[in-house]
This record gives sequence, C-alpha cells and structure tokens, in this order.
Amino acid sequence: MQGVKEKALELLRSGKVDRVLGWKSGEFFYDLTPAVFENEAQVEKDFCYSLFSGANLSKYLISESKKEGKIAVFLKPCDSFSFVQLQREHRINREKIYAVGVQCDGMCDVEALRESGCEGLTGVEDGEILTIHTLYGDKAVEKEKALLGKCRSCKSRRIVDYDELIGAQGEDISSHRFDQVAQLEAMTPEERFAFWRGELSRCIRCNACRNVCPACSCEKCVFDNPASGVQNKAAANSFEENLFHVIRAFHVAARCTDCGECSRVCPQKIPLHLLNRKFIRDINELYGPYQAGGDFDSKPPLMDFSIQDPEPSIIYSRGGSGK
Amino acid sequence: MKQIPQSQLNQLFAAISEKQKLYLPVDDATGQSVFTLWEEGMCLSSGLNTVRSAKDAFFPQVENLMGFRVEERQIQLIETRDPAEPFVIFGVRACDVRSFDILDRVFLAEPVDTYYAQRRENCCIISLACGKPAETCFCTAFGIDPAQPEGDVTCWLTEEKLYWQANTEKGESLTASLPMLEDTNPAAVEQEKAAIRATVQKLPFGGLDLSAFGQGRTKALFDLPQWKTLSESCLGCGTCTFICPTCQCYDIQEFTGGKTIKRFRCWDSCMYSDFTKMSAGQPRPTQTERFRQRFMHKLVYYPDNNEGIFSCVGCGRCLRKCPIHMNIVKVVKTIGEAAE
Repeated sequence: MQGVKEKALELLRSGKVDRVLGWKSGEFFYDLTPAVFENEAQVEKDFCYSLFSGANLSKYLISESKKEGKIAVFLKPCDSFSFVQLQREHRINREKIYAVGVQCDGMCDVEALRESGCEGLTGVEDGEILTIHTLYGDKAVEKEKALLGKCRSCKSRRIVDYDELIGAQGEDISSHRFDQVAQLEAMTPEERFAFWRGELSRCIRCNACRNVCPACSCEKCVFDNPASGVQNKAAANSFEENLFHVIRAFHVAARCTDCGECSRVCPQKIPLHLLNRKFIRDINELYGPYQAGGDFDSKPPLMDFSIQDPEPSIIYSRGGSGK
Repeated sequence: MKQIPQSQLNQLFAAISEKQKLYLPVDDATGQSVFTLWEEGMCLSSGLNTVRSAKDAFFPQVENLMGFRVEERQIQLIETRDPAEPFVIFGVRACDVRSFDILDRVFLAEPVDTYYAQRRENCCIISLACGKPAETCFCTAFGIDPAQPEGDVTCWLTEEKLYWQANTEKGESLTASLPMLEDTNPAAVEQEKAAIRATVQKLPFGGLDLSAFGQGRTKALFDLPQWKTLSESCLGCGTCTFICPTCQCYDIQEFTGGKTIKRFRCWDSCMYSDFTKMSAGQPRPTQTERFRQRFMHKLVYYPDNNEGIFSCVGCGRCLRKCPIHMNIVKVVKTIGEAAE
C-alpha cells in the first residue's frame, strides 16, 4: 500500500496533473469513497489507499476526461482492463489522463467480514490473518476469506495500460473463474432456470449493477427513457424483472472485462458476474480466447466476421468447435 | 411481562401463524436477513437488521392498484386489492418501528392512501430490542431507544429467553391467545436494557449533531458548494432509497396487454434521472440536485412540514449498502460543518 498517496501528492506538486482521482477515507476503516482531489491539502487530509480500495475508478474517467486539465488516476490490474476497453470504445480521452498502475494483492470486502461473524466493526490490522476490532471484542479472520468475490477469482495481475507503475508489472494468471459457470452448464435446463429465478428474485431493481458497470456507458439508458416504451422502474411481473439482467448481459457481451463490480455493489448479493462469465466462456469457445480490454489491437469477436466463424446455433449438433 | 424459553420459539411462531400470517426476519440464501412469511422449519435470523426495511409490509415495492378490461366500447374496472386480513410482523427493530410514524404522516394524511391504511390497520407489530447494535447504528440521534422499542408488543431476546411485553390493546389480545407465554417479573429485562444502553454509548454516531438541520434551514443549506463534492461520485442508483425505511416516493404506471390493463405503483427514486418526468419534467438536471433533494427532504423539508421531525431513523442501512459508501452521516457531518 506504500507510495500511492505519496505519488498523488507528487503529481499535484509537480504540476504534472491538475486533479487526482482516488479513494477518500470515510468514517470507518472500510467505507472509502471514490473522489477527485484538486490540491495537495485535500490529498493530505483525505486520500486513502487501503485494503478497502476495491472500487474500480475507470468509469469516472468518462466524465472526468471531458473536463479541463489533466487528471491522474490509480488503476489496479483489473481496473486497467476497463480503462483500455473504455479507450477502445472511444468513451474517454486518453490524452487528458495520467494513469498510475498499482499492483494489488486483492482487496477486502466488509460484507465478507460481516459474514464471518464480525459485527460492530471499529478497526482492522493487516496480515495473513486480519485482526478485526469490534464493539464486542477482537476477531481473527483469514485474509483469503475476507477478499472481495472478484479478487478471489483474480484473472490477471497485468496492468494493461499505464504511464507509470507502482509495484511490479504482473502477468495473466490462471484462475478458477469459470468453475461456477461450468457447474451451471452441467445443470439441467430446469435446474438452471430455478437457480436464476431464485437468485434474481432478490433483485430490487436499484440499478447499482448497471450504474457501476464500465461497459454500461450509454449517455442515456434505454430503461431510463419513458419514451422508449420499455422504461422499467419495476416490471409488471417478476419474470420480466429477471429478464432485465439477461438483457443487460447481452448488451455488454464481449465488452465486459469481468471486473466484477456488478456483483460487488449488489445490495442483494446476486452473483451477476456469472451471467457475463457465461458469455465470456462461450465466446472463448466459439471464436477463440478473447479478453475484453486485454490489448489495443485484437478484433472484438462480436464485431468481426470471418468465413470460418461457426454458427453458434448448430455448433453443438455438429459436435465440435467448428473451427 | 411474559416470557418463553428460546427453545420454544418455534411453538410460539406456529401458534401465531395458526390464526394469521406471520412475517419475521429469516436468513436468505446469501445469509442476509429478510422479512419472510413464516412456515414450519424457519428460524428467526440472528442478524441485527433486514437488508430491506420493514416498510415493505405496508408499502410493497410493486402493487397492483386496479385493472381494466376493455370490451368493445366498454371499460370494466377490475378490483385487484388484496382482501383485508390481519397479520403479524415480528422482530421489527426500534428504528423501523419509528419509521412507520414517519410514513403514516405521508400516507395517512388526507387524502388517505387506502391501500397503505388497510395494511397498517390490520397489522400487529412485535418489536425486538437490539441486543447487539452495529457501528452503523445511530437511532439514538433521533431520540429512539433501541433498548425499549415501540410497537404493539415489545420483545427482548436473551441467550435463554424471549421476554414479551404487550403495549396496546392489539398486543394484549394477541398475548391472550398465546397460552405458552408465562408470566414473569418486568425486572427480568432490566439487565438486558442496561447492557444495550451501555453499548449504545460506544456507538460512533449515537450523538450525531443535527443542529444545522430542521425547520427553516432551506436557505442556509441549499446553495452550499459541498453538495457538489459530496455527490461527485454518486452512481445515481436507487439502493439508498429502496432500502431506506422512510423513503416513500412511488410512480404509477400502466401495463397494457391488449384488452387488459394493469395499473400498478412501484417505488421510485429521486436519484433517478427520469424521476417525476410524468408531471412537469425532471426539475433536477444533474446528480448534484438529485442528491441534495434526497437529504434536504429528510433533514429539512420533511421537518418543515412535520413539526420538526426528521425523516431518518438512523437504521444505518445506507451506511452499509451504498456502493460508493456515501451516506446520510457523511452528509450531516459535512454540511453541518459547512453551515456553521
């Protein structure tokens, strides 16, 4: 965690940037808020990079890079995939951004601490075993178990695009991120339907998943437009409600970098990332391995055509990948 | 005062639900507490508060108000209202119980919202004292006592027993129908109350300073530049409004299926860009104005119209669930400081 705040101060002091996008400390040790810092005094007072800097800051660059002057941003490896994807979609102005890549060992989740029985949280001490201070005494929690869901299935420690690095560059790593997708695929259609109906039945349609998603970058979402005919604050029935998430997954297919923010912010703990991962797995299988935001030059498979492309609708009946 | 051993809670719930529907906090598949219709085999959640507030019992997220059937040139009205039936909601915390008073001032004022009123009249509220308040709790800032919640019946849960005190006629009559409740001395819960009040002393926001807010504070607070910085990273999602026990805005929409039309209402959120579009357009062009509206409503406008009462009960749900960890405590502290 060393050096991030110092870098923010240095960038402002040297005049290299006009503003810094980072995380602001809160009332507790865990409630950091994404924030823009305009001077050294603000950074000194409130800037915080800690075990709880899980929020992906890249989407804020859409609006921030439209403003005057240059802004520095701190990007963890997973965030850098979103950063590159947003550049490829021409949603952000790279010239106005100074990107600092920050190597990361995984971020913690306050909800995971609560799930492991910690209530009345007042403090934390870092380590392999976290010491959690609470109103009701200290508790020990393995850090591994306190990680955010997205960090437990981290796909890469590579920082795809940056102007400067804090910590070492990393590499893509093999993760078990498709294991749960495989489990879902192994279910019968009825079981799978029941699984998703159960999970999605908890949705309160707060739209946090959509609003945090770097791939959901439309200026005006069709679902927010009363004139669209599909404006949808709450649907007429729960099945229609469930379809919102399926439609959203289609909209971001092959653009979703699997940053995991959707599941992180869901107040109802719906594993929304599994819908996106299913698309990623299918795309990998049908068109060859592809990672959205992983580079600047590979062609997005759903925006490309080659005569060898398989027909997804008949590929399984032919018994092969088709390639 | 009555009591029952913890081990017999199941029998108590079974006896209540024999006569009427019983809702109580039960852990869902993710381990989060949710008000659920009790069935045999369900256990009371050990969680402090439910993810969604207890307002759902009176003001559900979606509700069909009426239906229409169109036949040739005739429109027939279809009644979709649920039949009135008494029900019990158990395990409501002190903050949520107080939130009903705040909602009542909106829904039961003329013209009375008959859908809400019907459920409110039919409900018997059994509250539960907060054995283990969380760091996010600040109900005491609003004069609420988590050791002595209001309601038709107040309960305290200790390691061995559930203590039960009827407060109203409705509570007395429910109590009379439950012979498994044994008489006990009211002094039995004094120790539990003292323990709760001692914990409350240690809560970081228990004494949150609200002096900058309340009646007549619009001019002093409305144009402060801090609204912009506080709202800067707000995602504009509706999480805070939907889990809030006192947020009460809704929209009325129609679902047209050819010859039949459903008119339903659903929760709306002042955080959304399409909020109030149906009337004269959204008067709040950016998230800053929308964000300001939410907090000014709770801390200034509602008190202006309701003898100084705030429309926040300090349940702490927004502190736990906001995706960017912005919340009413941060607003109160920042705006409060700036207003001085």
